[in-house]
Amino acid sequence: MPGRTGRIGLGVWTGLVVLFLWLPLVIIGLYAFNASQVQSWPITSWSTHWFSVAWHDEEVRSALWLSVRIALAATAIALLLGSMAAFAIHRFAFFGRESVSFLLLLPIALPGIITGMALNSFFSFASVKFSIWTIIVGHATFCVVVVYNNVVARLRRTSGSLLEASMDLGADGWQTFRHITWPLLSTALVAGGLLAFALSFDEVIVTTFTAGAQITLPIFILDNLRQGQQLPIVNVIAFVIILLTIVPVWASQRLTAGDESRASAAGGAIAAEP
Amino acid sequence: MAVDAAREAGSLRGARLRISATFWRRPWLKLAVLLIPPVAAFCIIYVSSLGVMLASSFWSTDAFTAAIVHSWTLEQFRTIFNLSDPTYLRIAGRTIGIAAAVTVTDAVLAFPLAFFMAKIAGRRLRALLFVLVLLPLWSSYLVRIYSWTTILSKTGPLNWVLNGLGLPDQHLVYTNAAMWIVFTYVWLPFMVLPIYAAVERIPDSLLEASMDLGGRGLRTFRSVILPIAFPGIVAGSIFTFSLTLGDYITPELVGGPSSSFIGNVVYGQSATNLAFAAAYAMVPVGVMAVYLGIARRLGAFEAI
Amino acid sequence: MRKRIRAWHVAVGALAAAALVVPAVGVSKSHSGLPTSVGAGEGALSLVEWPAYSDKSFAATFEKQTGCKITRKDAGSSNEMFNIMHGGGGGGGGQYDLVSASGDASLRLIYAGDVVPVNVKLIPSWKNFLPAFKSPPHNTVKGVHYGVSLQWGPNTLLYNTAKIKPAPTSWASIYDPKYKGQITVPNNPIQIADAALYLQKTKPALGIKDPYELTKAQLDAAVSLLKQQKSLLKRYWVYASDEIKDFKSGDASIGATWPYQTLTLQAEKVPVKELIPKEGATGWADTWMLAKRAPHPNCAYKWMAYVSTPKVQAQQAYVFGETPVNPKACPFMNKLQPGLCTKYHLNAPASYSRSIRFWKTPIKQCGWGGRNDCMDIQAWDNAWASITG
Repeated sequence: MPGRTGRIGLGVWTGLVVLFLWLPLVIIGLYAFNASQVQSWPITSWSTHWFSVAWHDEEVRSALWLSVRIALAATAIALLLGSMAAFAIHRFAFFGRESVSFLLLLPIALPGIITGMALNSFFSFASVKFSIWTIIVGHATFCVVVVYNNVVARLRRTSGSLLEASMDLGADGWQTFRHITWPLLSTALVAGGLLAFALSFDEVIVTTFTAGAQITLPIFILDNLRQGQQLPIVNVIAFVIILLTIVPVWASQRLTAGDESRASAAGGAIAAEP
Repeated sequence: MAVDAAREAGSLRGARLRISATFWRRPWLKLAVLLIPPVAAFCIIYVSSLGVMLASSFWSTDAFTAAIVHSWTLEQFRTIFNLSDPTYLRIAGRTIGIAAAVTVTDAVLAFPLAFFMAKIAGRRLRALLFVLVLLPLWSSYLVRIYSWTTILSKTGPLNWVLNGLGLPDQHLVYTNAAMWIVFTYVWLPFMVLPIYAAVERIPDSLLEASMDLGGRGLRTFRSVILPIAFPGIVAGSIFTFSLTLGDYITPELVGGPSSSFIGNVVYGQSATNLAFAAAYAMVPVGVMAVYLGIARRLGAFEAI
Repeated sequence: MRKRIRAWHVAVGALAAAALVVPAVGVSKSHSGLPTSVGAGEGALSLVEWPAYSDKSFAATFEKQTGCKITRKDAGSSNEMFNIMHGGGGGGGGQYDLVSASGDASLRLIYAGDVVPVNVKLIPSWKNFLPAFKSPPHNTVKGVHYGVSLQWGPNTLLYNTAKIKPAPTSWASIYDPKYKGQITVPNNPIQIADAALYLQKTKPALGIKDPYELTKAQLDAAVSLLKQQKSLLKRYWVYASDEIKDFKSGDASIGATWPYQTLTLQAEKVPVKELIPKEGATGWADTWMLAKRAPHPNCAYKWMAYVSTPKVQAQQAYVFGETPVNPKACPFMNKLQPGLCTKYHLNAPASYSRSIRFWKTPIKQCGWGGRNDCMDIQAWDNAWASITG
C-alpha cells in the first residue's frame, strides 16, 4: 500500500477530479435561477420564475413522461433478453459462442450514430412507421448489452459448484433458480437495470434517428438549446433531475456494494476449500 | 433418483422436475430457449440493419431528389479516400486523433481516482465517491455540454477566475481544445468504473508483498498494479473511444470552424445523400473493428 | 457446468428463429386528388419550421380557435428540413404535416415526392397575395401549386455597434482580417451563394450571372474565398440561438444573420444593428408545404389559411423580422410598430423583391447560356465540406 505522501497525493487528485466532475453541475444549478433568457456570465438577476414555467409547461411534462415510459420498456426488455443471453453464453460452450458474445457487444462498441442510421434505414426500408416502439427498439439494443455485461460479470464471480450442489440435493431447475441463482444475481440485475435506465433516459443520438414526431426529454432539451426561447428551462430540468436521482443512486450503491463483497467472499470461501 | 419418484407423483413439482430433466438430457434445448430470443432479435433488427447500411454504401443517391440509385459503385469510397481533396480524410483524422487524446486523458485522470476508491478509501467514503462519480451520468448530457460553452466563453467563469488571479483571457470556446475538454469530462465516469473493477481485484497481499520486496510506489505501480489493471483501462477505453468517434453533438455545440467530426458529416447527409453517409459511417465501424480486435487480445472483454 | 453443443443444434435453432419472424410491412397510403373543402380539425398539428414561425403570440389563438394543438420541430437549415421530411420513409414520415420550406428545399421536396399539391382556393387570403408570390417558380410547377407562400426576407449583415466602428457598408467586412476571431456565418452550403454574390460585384471577370448557378471555375473561386474566411471566423452558427448567444457573450461581433437574431439581441439590450450591404443580399422566400403522409391535413389547411390572414402575417413579420406576402398586412404592421411596413419593404415596388437573390437549389442546368455544366447540390455539399472540414 502506498505510503503517507502517496495516499495524500491520491486523495488530493481524487478531490480535484471530483470537483472537475461537479463544476458543470454547479453551473447548471446556478443558471437554473438565472432570470435572463440568454445564458451569459456573470448572472445579473436571479429568479425562480423558470421553475414555474417549466412546471406548467405541458411539453416538458409529456416529454418527461415519454422518456420515463421508453426507459422502463427498454430496461424491461433488456433485463429479460440480457440475462437470458448472459446465462446462455456463460453456461454453455457451443459453436459460434465467441461470435454471439462479440455480436452482443456491438451496440455499445459501435458509435450511436451508426446504430441510429442503420435502424433508420432499416425501418424506412421495411416501411415501419416511426413511433414510440421504434425508439424502444433502438434503446433496447444498447440496454441489453449493459445488463448482459453486468450479469456475465456476476456469473463469472459466482462459483458454479453452488448450482451443482443444489441440483445434487434434489432441487429442480425452478427451485435452484429461486433460492440460489436469483439472490446472487438480483443485485447485478438492479445495477444493470439502473444503468440501462439512465442510458435510455438520457439518450439523444439514436433517438433522433428512430423517433418520428415523438419528443423525448433529451430531444426537447436539444430543441430548446437550439431554439433559445426558453433556454433556462433546460437548466431547471437538469437541476431537478440531479436532485431527484441522488436517492436512487445512493440506494443502489448501498445495495450492490454490500452484496458484491458478500458474493466474492462466498465465492472465495468455496473456492478456497480443497 | 428424485426424478423417478416425482414422475410417479404427477404433481406440479413433478412437472417441473420433468422439465428440468428434459433440459438436463437435452442441454441444447435449454440453450436454444435462452439464446434464441435475444439473438433472433439482434440478428433480425440490428445485424440486418447494419447490413442494409453496408449495402447502401455501395449505391449512389440522385443529387436532386435524394432517391437511392440501386446500382453498385465505389463512388462514395472514392470521394472519401480522395487524396487530391483529402477533406473527408482530414475530418476522419481529426475525429480519431481527438478520440485518442480523450482516451489517454481520461485514463490518466481516472486511474488515481479509481485506485483511491478501491484501495485507500474506507467503506463510507467509497460509497460517497461512487455516488459523486455516477450522479453526473444521470443528469442531462446535453445540458452539461452546454454549460461548458458558458464556462469557457470569453466572458465566462473560467476567464473571470483567471482575470481575478491576474492571468490573461483564454479563448477556449469553439475550438478543438474545448471539445477535448468536454469529451474528457463527459466520458470520465465510463473510464472510472472498469478501472475500479480491475483494481479492486488486486489482492492487498500482493501489494504488500511487492512493498516488502523493496518496490517503492512507482515500481509497484509499474510492475504489479498496472499490468493487472490494464485490461480494465482498455475496457474503459472502448467506451471513451467509441463514444467520441461517433459523436456529433459536442462538435456542434462546442466546436469551432475546424471541428467537424465524422458524425457531423454523416448526420448532415443522412437523408440527402444516404449512400455517402453510409459509406462514411463505415469508417468508424472499421476503426472500431480494429480497436476491438486489439482490445480483445489485451484481455479487455473479461474486464468490462 | 458446461455442455458441449453440436453445431447442427445451433443451425436448427437459427432456422427456427428465422421461420418465426414475419417482417413488418407497412402500407403507405398516397394522397390523391385535391380536397374541395376543409373538414373538422383532427386536434393536432405537427410543424417543421424556422424558429418562431409558430410563435405563441399568434399560435395560441389558432390553437384555441381550431383545437389543433401544435407540436413544432425547429430546423437550422434547408438541408435539415429536407432531411426531416425525406427521412422515415418520406412524405414527412407520417409524423409531420407542414414544412416551411425555403426556395432551396421546396423544389427538391416536390420532385422527391414528399409534398403534395395544395388547393389554393381553400386559402381565402391567397387571392390578395403579392403577384410575385402567388405562383412563384419555387413552389408552383406546371401551374400546380405545391404550397402557400408565407413570408420572405433577406440575409443581412449583423454587427455590434459598440465594437465595430465605423459602421460597415459592404460584405467585405466578413472577409476582412481586421475582424479576425469575431466573425460568425451560417454553417450551410448555401452560403457559397453569398460568397458568389460578393464576387459577382467585386470580380466581374469571373462572369457570375446567378449566384446559384456556378460553373466549376466560379465555384472554385467562391470556395477559395470562403477558405480564407474560415481562419477569420469565431465559429459557424448552426442555429439562430447559437449566434444570439455568441453576440450576447461578446464572442462574436459581426456576421451574417437573419433579422430574427437582430430583433432578439436588441430585446436583450445588446447594441446591434443590421443592414443590407451595397452588394445586395441573398434571401429566402418560404412556403408552407403539405406533407404527403400528413396525419392531420385539415388542421394543416386551417393553419395555412390562418397565417395568410393580414393580422397574423403582420404578427409573424414582427416576431421574426421578415416581410409578409399579403399586402393587406401593412396597416396591422404599422399598428404593432409605426413604420414597420416600410421598414420591411412590404409596400416597396416589385423591384425590391426581385433584388433579393432568393435561395434556390443549385442544379446542373444553368439558366443562362444553355449550359448543362453548372455545379449541382452534391458538388456544393462537397465543396462546403472541404471548406468546413
